[in-house]
Amino acid sequence: MVENRPFVTILAHLVLIFGVALVALPVWITFVGASHDGARMLQAPIPMWPGDQFFVNLRQTFLGNGLDGTRTAPVWMMMFNSLVMAMMIAVGKIAISLLSAYAIVYFKFPFRMGVFWMIFITLMLPVEVRILPTFEVIADLGMLNSYWGLTVPLIASATATFMFRQVFLTIPDEMLESARIDGAGPMRFFWDILLPLSRTNIAALFVILFIYGWNQYLWPLLITTDANMMTIVVSIKQMLEASEQTPQWNIIMMTALLAMVPPIIVVIAMQRLFVKGLTETDK
Amino acid sequence: MLKRVHFPPSLLPYLLVAPQVIITVVFFIWPASQAVYQSFLVEDAFGLSTEFVWFENFTYLWNSRQYLDTFGRTIYFSAAVAFLSMSFALILAGFADRVIRGSTIYRTLLIWPYAVAPVLAGALWLFMFNPTLGIIPFMLDNVGYDWNHYLNGNQAMCLVIIAAAWKQVAYNFLFYLAAMQSIPKSIIEAAAIDGAGPFRRFATVIFPLISPTTFFLLVVNAVYAFFETFGIIHAVTQGGPANATTTLVYKVYNDGFIGLDLGGSAAQSVILMILVIAMTVVQFRFIEKRVQY
Repeated sequence: MVENRPFVTILAHLVLIFGVALVALPVWITFVGASHDGARMLQAPIPMWPGDQFFVNLRQTFLGNGLDGTRTAPVWMMMFNSLVMAMMIAVGKIAISLLSAYAIVYFKFPFRMGVFWMIFITLMLPVEVRILPTFEVIADLGMLNSYWGLTVPLIASATATFMFRQVFLTIPDEMLESARIDGAGPMRFFWDILLPLSRTNIAALFVILFIYGWNQYLWPLLITTDANMMTIVVSIKQMLEASEQTPQWNIIMMTALLAMVPPIIVVIAMQRLFVKGLTETDK
Repeated sequence: MLKRVHFPPSLLPYLLVAPQVIITVVFFIWPASQAVYQSFLVEDAFGLSTEFVWFENFTYLWNSRQYLDTFGRTIYFSAAVAFLSMSFALILAGFADRVIRGSTIYRTLLIWPYAVAPVLAGALWLFMFNPTLGIIPFMLDNVGYDWNHYLNGNQAMCLVIIAAAWKQVAYNFLFYLAAMQSIPKSIIEAAAIDGAGPFRRFATVIFPLISPTTFFLLVVNAVYAFFETFGIIHAVTQGGPANATTTLVYKVYNDGFIGLDLGGSAAQSVILMILVIAMTVVQFRFIEKRVQY
C-alpha cells in the first residue's frame, strides 16, 4: 500500500463485498429455491431464506426421473454422461495436442508447416459456425447418441497444441542432446523427459478443459436424441420448457445446482492451476 | 519454431500428428468446405433437387432486412455484454488491487462464475426475472414497473445481456487484477509522491497502463458474446419475442435445424467464419504487440 487512507480501504471492502454479493445472488436464490417444497415455490414472492426440504429435493432429483412430464433420464445418469464427456474431451485434447506439438517441435519432416497451419485453422472454425455439416458427418458415421460422437469432434485443439509447443520450446536443447547420448529413442525421451517437465501445464490445461467439456451445450443438444445419453447441462433447457406447463421450480433449481457444482468445485479447489491454465491458453 | 537439435526423419512424426490431423480433416476442414459448397446451393422445398446459384444466398442475406437487423442486434448485444461485464470487473479489480489482506479471498469469491455453463446462467437469471414468481419483477412491481420479458422485446434483450455479462465478470476480473498487480509499485509510488490520490492514480496511471489488457478483453468478450451465448438465448428466450433476441449464431441454428433452409444457413455459417477469422487476426496482431511493450 502506498499510503494509509482508512476511508478508501473501507470503501474498497464495501464495494468488493457488494460485488461478491451481487455475483453470488443468482446462486443463492437457486440454493433457496432448491430447499423448499414445490407448493411454496409457486407463491409470489418466492422466499429469500432456505427452507427445510433441501435433502428431500436432493433425493428426489438425484435418484428420480427429474420432472414429471419430461422424458429425461435420472439426474445421476445425466451427471455421469456429463462426467464421461468432460473427461473424454479433456484427456483426448491433451493427448492428441501433446503428440502433435511434440512432432512439430522435435522432428523435421515434409509438410511440417502444412500440419502446423492446418491445426491453426481449426482455431477459426468453432463448432457454432459449422453446425450443420459437422452434424451430417456424425450422422453419416453413425455416431449419434454415443460418447464418441459427443466428444471426438471437439477434441482437435489449436490452443492446446500451441501451448504445449511453447512449453517444449522453452526446454533447453541440452536435454535432448544428453538424452540421445544416453541412448534414448524419441518415445523414451517423450515419456521420461518431456511429459514430467510439462506436468503442471498438463494439469492446468486439464482444469480448463474439464470445465469446457462439462459445460458444452450446443453440440450435445444436437447429438443426443436418446434421453439416456443426455447431459445434465442440456437437460436444464428441457426442464425450463416443461416448467411452462407444470412449474416445479424446486426440482429445476436443484438440477441446476447439481449441474454447476462439479465445475465450481474444480475451479475453487484447483484455483492456482485454473488461473495458470486460463492465462496461458489464451496467449 | 523448430529445435536446433532434433530427431532424424522417420515415420514416427506422421504417426504422432495423425490423430490430430484426421480429426481436423474429418470434423473441421471437410464440414467447413461443405458449408462453403452448400452456401452456393438452393434446395427446393421438398429437398428433392438442388440448384447451383453462385452468390444468390449471399445477396439474399445482404438484401434481407431481417438478417441485417440480426447483425446489428448481435453487435449491440456484444457491445452491451462487453461493456457491462468489463466495467463491473474493472471497478472490482481496481478496489481488490488496493486491498492488501483478503485480495485472494475476494478473487476466489469472484472467479467461480466462470465455471457456470452459459445455459445455467440463463436459467438462474430466468428464474430471478420470472414475471409471476421472480424476485426482481416483484420488486419492480412495487415501484410501478411492469416486467414481462415474454412480451417485451427490450426486456428480453436486457435479461440475456445481464445473464451473459454475469458469467463473464469472473474472467474479466481475473485478467484485470493480474494486469494491475503486474504494474511496478515504483510507478504508483512516484504518482503518489507527486500528490495524486487513489482515484486520480487509477484514472491517469493504472488505467492507461492496463489498456492492452482492456483491448485483449474486448476481443475475447466479443468472441464470447458472438459464439458462446447460444445456450443463454436458446434457454431463456428462444430468440424471441418476435426475434428481439435472435443473434447470428442462433439464427444459423434456427434456419438450419428448425427452418431446414440449408443453403441460407450455410451462407450464414460462411459469413460467421469470415468474422471469426477477422477476430483471430486482430487477436494475434495484438498479442505480438503485447510482447513488445
